[in-house]
Amino acid sequence: MQLLGIIISLLGGGVLALMVGRQSAAASRWLSLVSLAVASVFYASLWFDTTDPQATSLWLLHMDWPWIARFGIHLLLATDGLSLVLIGLTLVLGYVALLSAWHEINHRSGLFYLNFLFTLAGVVGVFSALDLFLFFVFWEVMLVPMFLIIAIWGHEGRRYAATKFFIYTQASSLLMLAAMVGLVLLNQQQTGVWSFSWFTLTQTDTSGSLGMWLMLGFYVAFLVKLPGLPVHNWLPDAHTQAPTPGSILLAGILLKTGAYGLLRFVWPLFPDAASSFAPIAMGLGVISVLYAAKLAFAQNDLKRLIAYTSISHMGFVSLGIFAWNHLSLQGTVMQMVGHGLSSAGLFAIAGLLQQRLHTRDLDKMGGLWGQMPKLAALSMLFAVAALGLPGLANFIGEFMVLLGVFQVEPWAASLAALGMILAPVYALIIMQKGFFGTSVGTQAAGTNNVLDLNTRELLMLGILVVGLVLLGFWPNLIFTITAAPVNYLMHLGTGG
Amino acid sequence: MNWLELTSLMPLLLVASISVILLLLLAFVRDHKLTCWITCLGLAMAAYWAFADMGNAPQQVTPLLIMDDFSRLLGGTVLLASLACGWMSHAYLETADEIREEYYILLSLAALGACVLVASNHFASMFIGLELMSVSLFAMVGYMAHSKQQANMTLEAGVKYMVLSGVSSSFLLFGVALIYAYAGNLNIDLQVAADGPRLQSGYLVIGSALLLVGVAFKMSWIPFHMWTPDVYQGAPAPVTGFLAGAVKVAVFAFAMRWLMMAQDDYLDLLLLGLTVMAVLSMVVGNLLALRQNNLKRLLGYSSIAHMGYIIVTLAASATLGVTALSTALEGAAIYLITYASMTMLAFAVISQLAARDRRFESGTLTHYQGLLFQQPLLAGALMLAMLALAGMPLTAGFIGKYYLVLVAVDSQLWLLLSLLVLGSSLGLYYYLRVILVLCKAPVSDSRLILGASEKLLLTLLVAVTLWLGLYPTPAIEWVQLAIQ
Repeated sequence: MQLLGIIISLLGGGVLALMVGRQSAAASRWLSLVSLAVASVFYASLWFDTTDPQATSLWLLHMDWPWIARFGIHLLLATDGLSLVLIGLTLVLGYVALLSAWHEINHRSGLFYLNFLFTLAGVVGVFSALDLFLFFVFWEVMLVPMFLIIAIWGHEGRRYAATKFFIYTQASSLLMLAAMVGLVLLNQQQTGVWSFSWFTLTQTDTSGSLGMWLMLGFYVAFLVKLPGLPVHNWLPDAHTQAPTPGSILLAGILLKTGAYGLLRFVWPLFPDAASSFAPIAMGLGVISVLYAAKLAFAQNDLKRLIAYTSISHMGFVSLGIFAWNHLSLQGTVMQMVGHGLSSAGLFAIAGLLQQRLHTRDLDKMGGLWGQMPKLAALSMLFAVAALGLPGLANFIGEFMVLLGVFQVEPWAASLAALGMILAPVYALIIMQKGFFGTSVGTQAAGTNNVLDLNTRELLMLGILVVGLVLLGFWPNLIFTITAAPVNYLMHLGTGG
Repeated sequence: MNWLELTSLMPLLLVASISVILLLLLAFVRDHKLTCWITCLGLAMAAYWAFADMGNAPQQVTPLLIMDDFSRLLGGTVLLASLACGWMSHAYLETADEIREEYYILLSLAALGACVLVASNHFASMFIGLELMSVSLFAMVGYMAHSKQQANMTLEAGVKYMVLSGVSSSFLLFGVALIYAYAGNLNIDLQVAADGPRLQSGYLVIGSALLLVGVAFKMSWIPFHMWTPDVYQGAPAPVTGFLAGAVKVAVFAFAMRWLMMAQDDYLDLLLLGLTVMAVLSMVVGNLLALRQNNLKRLLGYSSIAHMGYIIVTLAASATLGVTALSTALEGAAIYLITYASMTMLAFAVISQLAARDRRFESGTLTHYQGLLFQQPLLAGALMLAMLALAGMPLTAGFIGKYYLVLVAVDSQLWLLLSLLVLGSSLGLYYYLRVILVLCKAPVSDSRLILGASEKLLLTLLVAVTLWLGLYPTPAIEWVQLAIQ
């Protein structure tokens, strides 16, 4: 029941935060922290159950209640190691985003924390729902609160960005809905039983051209969320206009739901279609890596720049998933976690700078190292994490992805490796323009006392640094947990 | 007529008796609250009777009406929608400088007409029901004729509705006449006389096409939609709610009985026309809604689009065998019920706002700016209605949309399915626009105070919209019972 505990404590915390938010903003902040803490307690217990060495099954089934009997739809929640890692990432970034919201969000706090916690609950649901209908419900439900976060608390162009974000996601998920229904009908014709269960549907024979169309329906929805070229266009706007906690959630975990979908659904449900489509998907991945890196370099707006680096990094994820071997998949999971931490760090930094300087324009910054040494040093760390410096988590991820891809499609790996050259270019331009050089940043702010980090902000960034370094030196922490689930997915995804 | 037939006809009799009681009552007492109470109570009793009667054997009452579970379920839905309409009318009429009580007589007559339409399996009763409903609606649409603020709009809407409705009725009547000339009787399932049809089948084609035009006008399928935006905007908000909720359900229920349940011939003949109307309604309806600045007008175009989506079920039942037919019927009935619940929710919010300030219904969307922070309950309900209309999960709208996708995939209607996806994506834009306006910073700090009965109505409608989305199983079971 721990999963239900996590989801309910987040939902309940959100409702309570809204109710106390009328009286006191501080109360709703602390209440959100408490509900995250309660969720973490449930998570800890979940961790021990799932990683129990005596466990006989890969799966920890939590809930299987009938919901809509007419179509065999169940409230089916379960976790394996993969879900476990991603839910953990969700909660960790939940803390980080909460800390970043602490002083940035100061109007309508109650409503903000409601949306914030509901987004987290939706994401946890996405990572653990194994009934496709339920998955779809969570997939859509995490969209609405995120939309409101951007639309109400975002920056100057927030309404445009929020609408674009919503329409991209929703339109593509309608395709997924159609594909899902098609798959269920196919299964119903083959077996005579209505079922939306992942465990049943992975047994469906999806070879043939219909399987390809259905696979594409799922693929497009996940590619939009990932995002990959050519459907990435919503991301720079949404990330730039969202408030800092919103950007952290978007980059850190909402993008991972797309990758998770590709891993969990596209390959295991449609092994034949996915493997014949793999070269195209990998080609798109390579283009994402290179093109987005180039675009990132060309940005002046700090948040927009970071947003484009996300697209580039997610290109590696796309590559790793469609190479579909053990090495590349493990690397993909590591890349997801590493990118979640590093991009959250960069967005948090961008938020801190904007609070202090009231601008995101890199041209109006410069020479900040002298004024904010702590902040600058941490920015450096996140920047080099993003460019894949050995010793930090992202390096492990990208390296393993490239190794895995090279075994399947050497050309793709060779081209994508060029991304490793472009990454330092965009990562270091942040440092060069923002923190080195002559000091124009203070003039932009019109004040001389630009403050360095306080304890709360140090704590917020510290969590991320610890994660990045820990996983950089001790990647087995994740690999041991995800090895068995990844093997199982591979077994399904190769038509076994 | 035996006792059993009489009891099964009880919902209709109850609704009819409301109008008689009110007519007599008004000769002695004029009391707005009492009138509203009697109407709502009568409608509630009739709806309860209809639902409680479900599961009993179908009763053919005279050759004109059939009271089967289908009539009971959708008739009950129509009655509930009328109940919501009557309920929200009270606050709205309280602030109108207009004679109030007669409105409820018209409302109960319109509800009676809608119920007759749902229960008809004979072209004569269909026509009686349709006209009873329409004629009452002419007066309801133009009801605010003496109000200084609204007179122009409401009269324009009323006249427009009356003229175009009259034209469409004449088409419909001519179609019925041709069908009669072909078949020799007026039964909806077209029992051709034993000695064969009396004319060539060409008359059947023309007759049924003309009949379809009449139906299409009421459903506001493009290109028969011209009246919709003006009438939606000009009519008093509760009446618009009735037009959007109850009327659409009743007319489509008749279309289901006529085209889907009766005989296949019809549908095959009309399939091309239906498909064209579906394509136009889904695409053009959504496109025209994009730039609307008046919420009621926007909802008018949105209802055109929604009624376009539902044609998918008609097209599906023409394509394949018996299982596809039952799924299509199930999908259509579920869609009607969910659509009625979310539409009534949206119009309940609008009419409660309009009761305080008529600019909420006649003016631009900017009046709604910041409503979320001024009146969270109303704005939250409106947001829910918009999300439901956009088809978000956990609301009624998603279940309806899910069924349409299921029906379309099942019958392999790829063209209509892709337009359904395209249209819904377009639709998101204007539903989100409304939500964004609600979320903007408010212009003033004034808060609106809601009465207890208004809050109760909103709560009930919100509960139904969420319940259908969260746990649709009971509704699905009822619908399955109804379409057997």
